[in-house]
Amino acid sequence: MTEDGGSGAGRRLRQLTLRDRHEALGARFAPFAGWEMPLQYQGIVGEHHAVREGVGVFDVSHLGRALVQGSQAGPLLRSVTTFDVTGLVPGKAHYSLYCNEAGGIDDDVFVYRLAGERWAVVHNASNAEQDFDRLRSVFGDEASEITAETAMLAVQGPDALSLLSTVLGPAVEGLEMRSCVELDWDGGQVMFARTGYTGEDGGECVVGLAQAAALWDALIEGGASPAGLGARDTLRLEAALPLYGNDLDAETSPYDAGLGFAVTLDDGAPFTGRDALVEARGRPRTRRLAHLEARGRGVLRSGYAVHAPEGGDPVARLTSGSFSPSLRLGIGMAYLPVELAKTGARFDVDVRGRMLPVEVVRRPFYRKSRE
Amino acid sequence: MKADYEIPDNLLYTEEHEWLRRDEENPDQATIGITDFAQDNVGDVVYLDLPPEGDSVSAGETCGEIESAKTVSDLYAPVDGVVVATNGDLEDQPELVNDSPYGDGWMIRVRMADAAQLDDLLDASAYRTLIEEH
Repeated sequence: MTEDGGSGAGRRLRQLTLRDRHEALGARFAPFAGWEMPLQYQGIVGEHHAVREGVGVFDVSHLGRALVQGSQAGPLLRSVTTFDVTGLVPGKAHYSLYCNEAGGIDDDVFVYRLAGERWAVVHNASNAEQDFDRLRSVFGDEASEITAETAMLAVQGPDALSLLSTVLGPAVEGLEMRSCVELDWDGGQVMFARTGYTGEDGGECVVGLAQAAALWDALIEGGASPAGLGARDTLRLEAALPLYGNDLDAETSPYDAGLGFAVTLDDGAPFTGRDALVEARGRPRTRRLAHLEARGRGVLRSGYAVHAPEGGDPVARLTSGSFSPSLRLGIGMAYLPVELAKTGARFDVDVRGRMLPVEVVRRPFYRKSRE
Repeated sequence: MKADYEIPDNLLYTEEHEWLRRDEENPDQATIGITDFAQDNVGDVVYLDLPPEGDSVSAGETCGEIESAKTVSDLYAPVDGVVVATNGDLEDQPELVNDSPYGDGWMIRVRMADAAQLDDLLDASAYRTLIEEH
C-alpha cells in the first residue's frame, strides 16, 4: 500500500507558537503555505463531527493578520478591496476580495472595523506577504502586520458560543453574526469576531502570544476538541466555501466563483479591478463554480477530470474534492460551462480510471439544521 | 513515529504495508489486509474499492483502492491468485479497517497460485525493522 499524497517542501517551515500544545494532543503535522500545521489529531472524521455536533478549536495562526488605521482608513481599504467596507459600522466585519486589474481574485479576505478608524484584515497564509504589501502600498506606516505577535484560534460548532462566553466573558454571547469586539482578557487583549469557515456558528479569536496558550488551554479544558486542517477542509467544502489556491486564483472572476456578493459596484467608488469587474458583470458568464455530489460510491479529489455523460474530452477539472463525513458521499467543485451546469445535470468524474457519476446540486452541500 | 504499532508474529507482510494470513484449513488460501501502521498513516478510511470474487490479482500490482478522508492509497496484492471473498462489511463500515486492521478490517481472501511466493514476503521482525526506519 502506498500513499499518493505529496511530500513536504525542503524549505524551512514556520512553526506555530502553540506547537507543543498540538504535539501533546497527538497532532500529525503537514506543511501548508510555508507553515507546519496540525493536519489532524485523533482523526479527520471524528474532528469533523465534533465541530458539527459540539465544538472544535482550530489553530489558524498561519493566516495573515494586519491592522490598518488613520482618518482615511475606510476609503483607503475600499480602494484595494471589492466590497464597500466603508459601509461597515464599528464592530462589524465582512468578507471581501483583493482583485487584480484584470478582475481576477488575488485573495479572499475578511475585513473587520474594530473601532473608529481602526481596522483589521485577515489574509490567506499563501498570499499573506503580497497582501500585506498591498496594504502597505496604500497605508504606508499606518499598516502593521501582527501575524508574528499574535495567535489566531477558530472556535466552531453549535456549542462554540456558550464555551466562548464562559471563557472570554458574557460580552461575546450577544454578538450578532459578523460582529467583532476587542476584549481585555488575562492581562492582554483578544480580538473576537463571530466569523468562521466551517458553516457552523462560532467565532475567531486573535490573541497576543503571551495569552495564546492560556486561551487554548481554557478552550480545550472547556470541552473543545482540537481540530486540524484536514477537518477544516472537509467542513469548509461541505459548506461550499471556496479555498484560495484550489477554487480561486488570479485568473478567476468573482462572478464565476459565485462571489458577486463580495463585490460592490453601485457606489461608484474606485478600487483595483473595478473596470474589469464592471465589464465582467455586464457579460454573460461562460462558466460557473458548480457543486457536485457523487451518485455512486467513491471519493472526489481535486484535479480529477469531469466529463459529460456522453463522454469525450473533459469539460473541467475538480478544483476541490473530498469525502463528506456528514453526507457520507463524495463532494467536489468544478468550473463548468454555464449551459451545462444546471442543477440536477449529470456528469462523470474520472476517479483514477473509473467513471463515477455525479450530479450538480445547490450550495451548500451541508446546511446545519436549526432547532 | 508512534512506537506501539501492532505487528502480529503469525502474519506475513509486504513493503507496501499489507499483511497476509495463510489459512490453516485451506493452506492454498490467504486473507489480506493493511497493517496497523498503514491504517494509522492513511487515517480515517471512508471508502474501499476492492476486487470482486473471481478477479485475478498479481503480486506487487494494484488490486484495490483505499480512500481515507485525507488521501487515496493503492492496495497491492502480496501474491498471485484469484479472489475468493471480499469483506462486504467494509462497504457500510469502512472504519473497521482503522478499528481492527488485522481482524474485522480484513479486505480480501485469495486462492494463491503459487505458495512459494510467500517466501518473498517479510516476517514480523523484518516488517518491524522496515517501519522503524520509516
